[in-house]
Amino acid sequence: MLSSSTITTLRQQIVAGEITPQDIVLDLAKEIESRNTTLGAYLSWDIDAALAEAAKADTSGPLGGIPIAIKDNINVTGQPCTCGSRILSENYTAPYDAGAIQRLRAAGAIPFGRLNMDEFAMGSSTENSALGVTRNPRDLERVPGGSSGGSASAVAGDLAIAALGSDTGGSIRQPAALCGCVGIKPTYGRISRYGLVAFASSLDQIGPLTKTVADSALLLNHLCGHDSRDSTSLNVETPDFTAALGQDIKGLRIGLPKEYYINGIHPGVSVSVQAAIRRLESLGAIIEEISLPHTELGVATYYVLAPAEASANLARFDGVRYGHRTASATDLMEHYTRSRSEGFGPEVKRRILLGTYVLSSGYYDAYYIRAQKARTLIRDDFTEAFKKVDVILSPTSPSPAHKLGEMKDNPLAAYLEDVFTIPVNLAGLPGISVPCGTVEVEGKALPVGLQIVGKALDEATVLRVAHAFEQS
Amino acid sequence: MPVAHQIDIHHVAKLARLSLTEEEAARYAVQLDGILTYIDTLTQHDLGAAEPTAHAMPVYDVLRVDESRPGFTQEQALANAPKRSGDQIQIPKVIE
Repeated sequence: MLSSSTITTLRQQIVAGEITPQDIVLDLAKEIESRNTTLGAYLSWDIDAALAEAAKADTSGPLGGIPIAIKDNINVTGQPCTCGSRILSENYTAPYDAGAIQRLRAAGAIPFGRLNMDEFAMGSSTENSALGVTRNPRDLERVPGGSSGGSASAVAGDLAIAALGSDTGGSIRQPAALCGCVGIKPTYGRISRYGLVAFASSLDQIGPLTKTVADSALLLNHLCGHDSRDSTSLNVETPDFTAALGQDIKGLRIGLPKEYYINGIHPGVSVSVQAAIRRLESLGAIIEEISLPHTELGVATYYVLAPAEASANLARFDGVRYGHRTASATDLMEHYTRSRSEGFGPEVKRRILLGTYVLSSGYYDAYYIRAQKARTLIRDDFTEAFKKVDVILSPTSPSPAHKLGEMKDNPLAAYLEDVFTIPVNLAGLPGISVPCGTVEVEGKALPVGLQIVGKALDEATVLRVAHAFEQS
Repeated sequence: MPVAHQIDIHHVAKLARLSLTEEEAARYAVQLDGILTYIDTLTQHDLGAAEPTAHAMPVYDVLRVDESRPGFTQEQALANAPKRSGDQIQIPKVIE
């Protein structure tokens, strides 16, 4: 089954003439058609279009002939881009390629299949998708995490070789942790956001979900780079991230934030992460306790800033130029309110309302400006910590995957699950989640993820540590 | 100390261009109050003289080169419009 293979292996087989890109597409299509009914990772897939692209794929490219599955909030010409929402599911076809997709194509890859997600990436279980349920391949009764839950479920469930996701507060790393695959959010600005449907623009970042650290490094090589169509895109050189792999980590300084290792972590997660720390120590890394004193402000800061930005970004869904339009409006105001209320699901409405409230007259200084100040303190915490250590280690998520429906009526409890991933977005830093064992819950082995966070633009060190750990 | 937030949910919904049923309005008012009570850790914390941060990676005044470049054709731009009339997007009457 080729779908369980890595990019690195498949590339060798293609170059050696043992398989063709069409073989891979057909194998993936067969797996998706037989198992997606169960996993629900994909919302749609176009086999004919992928086969046509496979037939003319430039196999000499570094990703030549490799199908990559795409989260359904990244535009690919001629394909749907629903964002897991009714507001875009009826009649939207992407008229252009996102910057990241153009780069994938330039390297020879084939965007194939659209992956489920929490509506507009708002959520950490994929249960907020309006378009279907996605399940965790390790336990079908449980969520895959989110918001890139379709991406993680497909990669870990061998319905995709690799996938793109997006990460605003942990949406790549957390589902990767819960499903048991690798997911990396690069430094803010590394990968163009052009063509990624905006949720919270100052936090959103595209990144890969893969079966191995080496595949993540390889994909990053071809996803990163400046794009003048995204004004926050960084004009910096992209190093060869694969060059960092295989180097040892002797003498590398690893920080453990004392604020992260207190209460609220599932005991099984704690055991796995402690074992991971000892493994890294045995590889020669130096473990040090550090302090990120403003950690307790992270979730509150995020749940002011992200909804505020979302409420502005989602104003574009007005039922005029694209997306759902109500059939029953008699005037313009009704046209707006009904189109939006019929199109958006409950979590999106909740966050738009929250964002509108914190930006509204009389509350702006109390919430929005204060949150921006707290963001400075959180970022400064990391700057100080990185004077002493090279990377920072924590669990990716405090708990393993919960059961479908378990968190349904408690949005705040669900928000608190993002405690370790959110500060990384607020500070714009690179962070990876790598599998670090399992925890036994009700007879099922549920994956645990280890988060490794690095200095801005230092993905190379993050990947080096992740790779050393993975190979140990 | 939990603070009771006097949220005028209908006013907020109007600003957000959302129409809520009474049942939705009641539910969201309670949920937002719970979330805002949690967020009050922020309003009760002494943030000192910290400057606000809008973007983690500060890049300022980024301007694209001012030159013409290819864009959508009229047909591409109209392709996703929910309702069109000829070469235009049709909307409800705005001016009485």
